Amino acid sequence: MYTFDYKRPNDTAKAAELLKIEDDGAIMSGGMTLLPTMKQKLAAPSALIDITAIADLQGIDRVSDDTLRIKACTTHANVAASDEVRLFCVALAKLANGIGDPAVRHRGTIGGSVANNDPAADYPAAVMALGRTVITQNRQIAASDFFVGMFETALDEGEILTAIDFARPTRAGYGKFPNPASRYAMAGVMIAQFADNDIRVAVTGAGNDGVFRWTALEEALANEWGIASIDAAAIDEATLLSDMHGAADYRGALIRAMAKEALQAAG
Amino acid sequence: MTTTKFTVNGVAVSAEAEDRTLLVSYLREHLRLTGTHVGCDTSQCGACMVHVDGRAVKSCTVLVAQMQDRAIMTIEGVADGDDLHPVQAAFREHHGLQCGYCTPGMIMTAMDMIRRHGPELDEETIKADLEGNICRCTGYVNIVKSIRAAAQNMAAADS
Amino acid sequence: MRELGVGKPVRRVEDDQLIRGFGNYTDDDVPNAAAFMHVVRSPHAAAKIAGVNSTEARAKSGVLAVLTADDLEHMNIQPIGSKVPYARAGGEPYLATPYLPLARGQVAYPGDAVAIVIAESPGIAADAAELVEVDYELTDFVTDVRAATAESALRVWSDHPDNVCFAADCGDADACAEAFDKADRIVEATYEISRIATVSMEPRVATGSFDRRSGRYTLRAGLQMPHETGRDIAGALGISPHDVHVISPDVGGGFGMKLALYQEYILVLIASRITSRPVRWMSTRSESFQSDQQARDNVSKVALALDAHGQFLALRVKTLANLGAYVGQWSLHVPGGNVGGLAGPYTIGAFDVSVTGVLTNSVPVGPFRGAGRPEASYCIERIVDEAARQMNIDPAELRRRNLVQPDAMPYDTGLVFTYDSGDFPAILDKTLAASDWDGFAARREASERAGKLRGRGMAFVIESAGGPAPRAFDEHVELRFDTSGVCSVMAGSHSHGQGHETVYRQLAAEHLGMPFDQVRVIYGDTQAVTHGRGSFGSRTMMAGGAAFIGAAQKIVEKGRKFAAHFMEVDAAEITFEEGIFSHAASNKSMTMSEVAQSSYIPFILAEDMEVGLWASCASSGGGITFPNACHISEVEIDPATGTTAVASYTVTEDVGNVVNPLLLEGQIQGGVAQGLGQALMERIVVDPDSGQQLTGSLLDYALPRADHINRIEVHSHPVPTALNPMGSKGAGEAGCVGALPAVSNAVCDALAREGAPMPDMPFSPERVWRALSQANAKRQSA
Repeated sequence: MYTFDYKRPNDTAKAAELLKIEDDGAIMSGGMTLLPTMKQKLAAPSALIDITAIADLQGIDRVSDDTLRIKACTTHANVAASDEVRLFCVALAKLANGIGDPAVRHRGTIGGSVANNDPAADYPAAVMALGRTVITQNRQIAASDFFVGMFETALDEGEILTAIDFARPTRAGYGKFPNPASRYAMAGVMIAQFADNDIRVAVTGAGNDGVFRWTALEEALANEWGIASIDAAAIDEATLLSDMHGAADYRGALIRAMAKEALQAAG
Repeated sequence: MTTTKFTVNGVAVSAEAEDRTLLVSYLREHLRLTGTHVGCDTSQCGACMVHVDGRAVKSCTVLVAQMQDRAIMTIEGVADGDDLHPVQAAFREHHGLQCGYCTPGMIMTAMDMIRRHGPELDEETIKADLEGNICRCTGYVNIVKSIRAAAQNMAAADS
Repeated sequence: MRELGVGKPVRRVEDDQLIRGFGNYTDDDVPNAAAFMHVVRSPHAAAKIAGVNSTEARAKSGVLAVLTADDLEHMNIQPIGSKVPYARAGGEPYLATPYLPLARGQVAYPGDAVAIVIAESPGIAADAAELVEVDYELTDFVTDVRAATAESALRVWSDHPDNVCFAADCGDADACAEAFDKADRIVEATYEISRIATVSMEPRVATGSFDRRSGRYTLRAGLQMPHETGRDIAGALGISPHDVHVISPDVGGGFGMKLALYQEYILVLIASRITSRPVRWMSTRSESFQSDQQARDNVSKVALALDAHGQFLALRVKTLANLGAYVGQWSLHVPGGNVGGLAGPYTIGAFDVSVTGVLTNSVPVGPFRGAGRPEASYCIERIVDEAARQMNIDPAELRRRNLVQPDAMPYDTGLVFTYDSGDFPAILDKTLAASDWDGFAARREASERAGKLRGRGMAFVIESAGGPAPRAFDEHVELRFDTSGVCSVMAGSHSHGQGHETVYRQLAAEHLGMPFDQVRVIYGDTQAVTHGRGSFGSRTMMAGGAAFIGAAQKIVEKGRKFAAHFMEVDAAEITFEEGIFSHAASNKSMTMSEVAQSSYIPFILAEDMEVGLWASCASSGGGITFPNACHISEVEIDPATGTTAVASYTVTEDVGNVVNPLLLEGQIQGGVAQGLGQALMERIVVDPDSGQQLTGSLLDYALPRADHINRIEVHSHPVPTALNPMGSKGAGEAGCVGALPAVSNAVCDALAREGAPMPDMPFSPERVWRALSQANAKRQSA
């Protein structure tokens, strides 16, 4: 790692101020992606602004019957173990429980994962399928507008993600095929059905531009909720990643297989 | 340079270190607690596992500066004097280690696992929860056996 | 002592320290004043070094020195070369490579060491390393072993005539050709045995110290053969071996990779001399993918000739072995030294075997668990399964028809090896029964009902242990009692996970009647242990065990004389049992420890008696032996994702007499996991366009984890060898040798049942899925 200054503010305004002052400051929450990236010298922020001491960024609130707010610095372990989350949407708890390994889940946070928008991370699929709003210190961003491209989000410079509001599905399920080496998702599919048969299917790990909605399957499932719809829905392989772990056509097959797992889990 | 105060195995520490210092480096280089090992640089092997406030954490992926007011336990703090922790005893009894390099991390992970799942810990759960710990010697068979036995022994001792 | 003796599942003595975190690995005990070394490595597969500018790096605060090849030139350091003499086809010696501590004028693989930075902290050393400007002029490169042997292939080293480092032929090509002419069936295939990384959990680490007062060097590093490495470092530096003290403390796994002399071990010593500071180096995991020798990487064309009844008439195997850019100490031995394993446990009429070792612009290749044995077993065992498939004979039955019978021992295979003992049919039967071979159809149906494919694979493997063939290396053991009566076992072997501290104590209990707490086991220090070879080739219980027994016999005889003197009886009337010298007639007795203690009290000794009780012995254990085993694996494949799960794994081993069944089981299980890893997931991937390694860290190089392994059932069927006094055959590599073909055969069996093509290892999810997709497409178009 290159040298940097470590800061640990205890309110969001102070964190935002530090971010403004620093040449090239970076917000750190759990650090589970950022620190390994810095160890590989692929990132070299001048300062790390640790936001985990900010009390406002911790916790899970049921803000209304159909909205659950998870604050940015809530760890994956706490989401996975939360009764509140399980009652609201068990698929979300299960997704959190499948991120990394137990030690990563003890440190890694939802805010860090979503703000980073790693194309192989799990949470972007949850936010795209179940998310209502991404909240920052300045504004509320519609979840559907949040992810812009690989490692890119709608967050402006200096903007800190503080919480995410999730909408309550009538049913939902997540299927993940882990990379055999890194165990990140090679294909992760979240299927959620809301009232009025509004269906969302979000795919992570497999897209050239990061997480994406599989609209063909959404439409097919709206017509018929069943495995046959998954077999029939088209996937544009030109939009899928190809690397040494799997060519685009294989990733296409994985997406279908994981969609089936997700559907089965959703019930 | 930041000064960070925390405890390691119950002993108060005031760590003065470069901000980029990883917890594992501080434990090994400054406190000479060398039972915590480094086996990779991508947070995957788990050889560096310690407990922070009772939870398993990879000490290669946290900064010592992040440890303010935390209670850290390393492998050296696991046994009660001469008396081994039941997890340690189980690893010995079931030949759960060969070269021993991954073992401290395995033991720290196993203790955390037993804390979370209790005596009902089954083979599938153990294997799933060992996702972040790599062993190159044993083929894991005896590690899984050791953890299972430890969970049962601890439950029996409690009841 | 019987409960702690040979054959008992004694719990390991070394564990108590290791589970408490009190292990003593190389980097756990370092001098306070140590500086840190960082190696500047080539990012390119091939380039000329036009110049190195280290001015800025040297100027950085905290930097003690920056060294390049030019700075070392005056030292006249000798390059590292092969420890075993191999030759080219014309008889001239193998092509040597300029394997120097730092590359001079040219880099030949991505990772080649160009410069070192010595600094006050690892962070400063790493930061300064980025300031070292190396002016590379890129040149063409060749990484693929087939491409490197093409007529027009560019040469890795321009002063070589081509890239063929060595070639070895064995067997009888004419007899083989004749047998192929007469054959009823010829089965042919080409197998690619992928390149893999060892990934010992402790990366390679070294601390070098130069003592100005004595002019001696001390190297502390994780090594499998510390004495040999010390001698070789002395040779490279042109100094006396006496001036190199090597300490190899606890080592976090070796698996053959830590046998070789590496550049960094020489560099830390030189750097220490230059900076007058102890110098530490610890490779990061990513660096280990560039700087640790890799393994396997063969392409073998295999043909088996059979008669109508499935009798094996002849075997032809032509192997291209990728050696990487430099010839390491054991690089040539791996493809060349274990070809005898191709004969398997079978009677095969004739052989025509050739191995061509090829230099390429890739990481140098060296031994990894099995070191040529898994490769050989893979070739013969896959082709046998293929023959069974083509001839529609049960693969177990086809093997049975060709097994060497126990009454044929000793059996000269016609290909290097003569097997001394073994009962292959019994081992086959035992494994078939233990794995419920006949119940497979029902299990397959159950898998299919669950939407999965099921395959079954067998491998019957035999390997040489204690080699290299034909002449086994010796091992040395000294037994030294001190004035407290404690026995120190000073062993030339090295333990890096095998449990030697326990098994030598078991031998001490068995042969000297010594309780465990009265025995110390000392190894890995060339100053403490006079002579040693180290641990490799599954040899320690054969050679080290034999040396122990030889030394123990001397101790008993010396002790008997002492005891006779102390008890004032006739030595010939003294018996020694369970650690006690007894004289029945006088009812007198003394324990071994008492005799040892008394042997140091001068005034009670006779005048012609030498003070003290010690003895040593070096032994090669009577020659190489042939552990053998039958492995049966069943796999379940999810056709939707191509994921293979090993559903069951059964092994029956004949490793001769077993010293500790608990440790044997651990060795087999660990070996199986490594073979399974290579079969299903492990592979070094090189980008053909840049020559760069794409699998540069554990984010991209897949290793087996706990959820990949189900039960590994280990049975034993020992047929003791008469060659060594232990009756043991070696167990360290056996699991890995069998698992590679057994798991691969199981996947291929499942694929073949679907009419799918059989890709090469690793049978990764994508490859298996693709093979099944192709079969589906063919079915649909038909």
